Amino acid sequence: MTTLAPTEAYADAFEAVRRTAAAPDGIVDLRRRAFERFTALGMPTTRLEAWRFTNVAPIANTAFTLAVPAEREAAKADTAPHALGLGAGLTFINGRYVAPASDVSALPAGVEVLSLADVLASDGNETRAAVEAHLATGAGIENEAFTALNTALLHDGAVVRVPANTVVEQPIQLLFVTSPPPGGEPVMTHPRVLLVVGENAQVRVVESYGGGDSPYLTNTVTEVVAGPSAVVDHYKLVRESPSGYHIGAMHVRLDRAANFSSHAVTLGGAIVRNDAQALLDGEGVECTLNGLYLANGRRLVDNHTTIHHAQPHCSSHELYKGILDGEAHAVFNGKIIVAIDAQKTDAKQTNKALLLSEDAQINTKPELEIFADDVKCTHGATVGQLDEDALFYLRARGLGLEQARSVLIHAFAGDLLNHIAIEPIRDQLDVLLLAQLPGSGGGSFHVAG
Amino acid sequence: MATSTDNIEQLANQDYKYGFVTDIDAEAVPPGLNEEIIRIISAKKGEPEWLLEWRLKAFRVWQTMTEPQWHNVHFPPVDFQDIIYYSAPKQKPKLESLDDLDPEIKATFDKLGVPIEEQKMMAGVAVDAVFDSVSVATTFKDKLADLGIVFCSFSEAVRDHPDLVRKYLGSVVPASDNFYAALNSAVFSDGSFAYIPKGVKCPMELSTYFRINAAQTGQFERTLLVADEGATVSYLEGCTAPMRDENQLHAAVVELVALDDATIKYSTVQNWYPGDKDGKGGIYNFVTKRGKASTNAKITWTQVETGSAITWKYPSCILQGDNAVGEFYSVAVTNNHQQADTGTKMLHLGKNTRSTIVSKGISAGKGQNTYRGLVRIGKNAKGARNFSQCDSLLIGDKCGAHTFPYLEVRNTSSQVEHEASTSKIGEDQIFYCRQRGLSTEDAVNMIVNGFCKEVFRELPMEFAVEAQKLLGVSLEGSVG
Repeated sequence: MTTLAPTEAYADAFEAVRRTAAAPDGIVDLRRRAFERFTALGMPTTRLEAWRFTNVAPIANTAFTLAVPAEREAAKADTAPHALGLGAGLTFINGRYVAPASDVSALPAGVEVLSLADVLASDGNETRAAVEAHLATGAGIENEAFTALNTALLHDGAVVRVPANTVVEQPIQLLFVTSPPPGGEPVMTHPRVLLVVGENAQVRVVESYGGGDSPYLTNTVTEVVAGPSAVVDHYKLVRESPSGYHIGAMHVRLDRAANFSSHAVTLGGAIVRNDAQALLDGEGVECTLNGLYLANGRRLVDNHTTIHHAQPHCSSHELYKGILDGEAHAVFNGKIIVAIDAQKTDAKQTNKALLLSEDAQINTKPELEIFADDVKCTHGATVGQLDEDALFYLRARGLGLEQARSVLIHAFAGDLLNHIAIEPIRDQLDVLLLAQLPGSGGGSFHVAG
Repeated sequence: MATSTDNIEQLANQDYKYGFVTDIDAEAVPPGLNEEIIRIISAKKGEPEWLLEWRLKAFRVWQTMTEPQWHNVHFPPVDFQDIIYYSAPKQKPKLESLDDLDPEIKATFDKLGVPIEEQKMMAGVAVDAVFDSVSVATTFKDKLADLGIVFCSFSEAVRDHPDLVRKYLGSVVPASDNFYAALNSAVFSDGSFAYIPKGVKCPMELSTYFRINAAQTGQFERTLLVADEGATVSYLEGCTAPMRDENQLHAAVVELVALDDATIKYSTVQNWYPGDKDGKGGIYNFVTKRGKASTNAKITWTQVETGSAITWKYPSCILQGDNAVGEFYSVAVTNNHQQADTGTKMLHLGKNTRSTIVSKGISAGKGQNTYRGLVRIGKNAKGARNFSQCDSLLIGDKCGAHTFPYLEVRNTSSQVEHEASTSKIGEDQIFYCRQRGLSTEDAVNMIVNGFCKEVFRELPMEFAVEAQKLLGVSLEGSVG
């Protein structure tokens, strides 16, 4: 294997996508502009405020090549642990849609859940026109290198379109799994998700990410466009392997009276960065961004959120909780912007972190930028350890120290899990969490309720 | 309530009260900055060689630095070569008594309400008045000297206590700390120096009135306060400046050294010219303030910032020793086109160090108010505790309030809490007050004063009264 400089690897990947992935002219041009922008920006460094505490040097110094379709059997093994059994969903292995592992037949008529590659390669139909109209309108390529890179290498991903006045009862799972090649050379995928929800429509989408045990990069971009009074529930489960890097950006645009909620749960990955940006672009929008992250070992988990109140009478709620153990490092940056005319805004942001080890580290920065006067905005951040009194209380009632700690940590996380409305996800996360929590003895101890 | 509406209106109807120019002959160097100017400043002040070297070193570092861009304030670039870096009022070389003082200067002080002649009779406050860049008169020195307390102008300290100055100068804010601190280190003209010996409790509040006078003269104050082991001192700093159309740059450095078991309380009321209603003129206030607290020491910063076109100021505490305590209480008001980017840094290094941050920002008119703070808990700061609260009050729909708190924790046994809220004065609150016969302005004034109560409580009495009045004046015209 010849060693490739990272920049050459990206150039090769861009060339490969340009040659092989069919797309309409507009998209081809978009990719070209995005690649130029990525080349100009370069990989982010800690000199940039948005990346100040997140050193992506391990990613920047690695020459990732585009992942190729995986062996069926290996892929199956890598995919199985992540399937939630929700009944409807698409599966992507190594960034490519795998039809046999996908099933969306149970969804109501008119709801489209498609592979982006198929849509882009199709004739100029209505779906393709809609995708072209929405793609890259929320996720700008100007400032974020990783978003630009994703756009430059855009070839596959998921398109979910829900027509107006349609309620999709069944949650839709979009599963992205990287199955690295047997040789273990570093590979990358750049999945793209576009979610367009019409007026009065309702949908629940779960994005899951995972991968095999060898270095890889998942650089994903999700765009959500919610029409007036739409209700969108979004879940993102990051369960990358300990050698996987995950960079994810989500851009949400919400029209009048839309209701959007997002739950980002990060349990795996060597370096994980979640960027969530919501634009409240109509009156009466309700936006919830919740997150839970668990980091141990030498992992780095970074959550950046921006809620932009552009119109009056909107409310937003944000709750992020983190549990850090080992030499883990977490970053939280929550920004609330209230535009000059966004009166009667009600914004609440809370970030809580629990440090369980001497070597864990957290950098948190809750920001408020407010340009309107008739608003209610609060943010709170706490960093601490387990409450001595609570521990004592439990121990006085006969629980061992480890058990007592486990109960309290579980309760800390449980607060957030309770917000998750899809039962199979909540139950599975509960199990996963218990297995992963320090001192839980591999999940042998379970708290009822 | 301390201030009635009449009082406020009367105060507000005045032009900027302290906006006058004293017509005295200032001895100034030509504008611009180079090594030659620094040598002139140093020579004029008769400084020892080591201090000149220190200045030159700072200047060389400054030349390699660029102006910080991360702050949330906007202003046209400052031409550092267009500033006069030294200006001292010409006066007789030696003063026998206060009566020998230049009558013009004395008149200025009278207008400012610094009753030098009455100082000795009035109880409590010793004033080291800094008029432009040279200290003109220092009072109560004898009384303090009896206790071994040194309280004098910086130049005098360099002359009379060179060892102390040399030992502590730059020990908290190194010359290379930041762009403005480096500039100050290179060209600082004068300032105040205080040293409280071991175990001495300073019997009175030490106080300095700063005043910018000659046009185009940047003021580069340097304050150094050293509280030796077990000493206690409370220091007041109050500021006024004459009305000017051109922006004036002020880059001060304040260093506090609190040795073991010492306590320093540093209070500021800053009321420099904020510019007119259209944002023309006003002082640029770029200040570096930092204190270093050793074992069991305590440093309290209290500030009321109502003036200046631009405030850029982060009084900080390095909690170096075990059990050290840092406190920061701030009220920042921005009205019209004022911009403030202010906050604090609490660096917890020692075990069981504690810090409290209470910041109240009030934005009115087109004012922009930013709280920017850092709480860093080091790896060895076991049992460290921090509580931060920053509240913003918005009056009017064209102003802005911004909060950028950084929390960095590298230790599990520490607790860090940060709370922030932004709100306006509720219609219902006003209605309630109006019902009880208060005018709208009275009601607003009362609510604002209540909003700031936690900070005012920390101020020495003289300042608390002044601060409440200032608040009313600063917010005049922003309501209704």
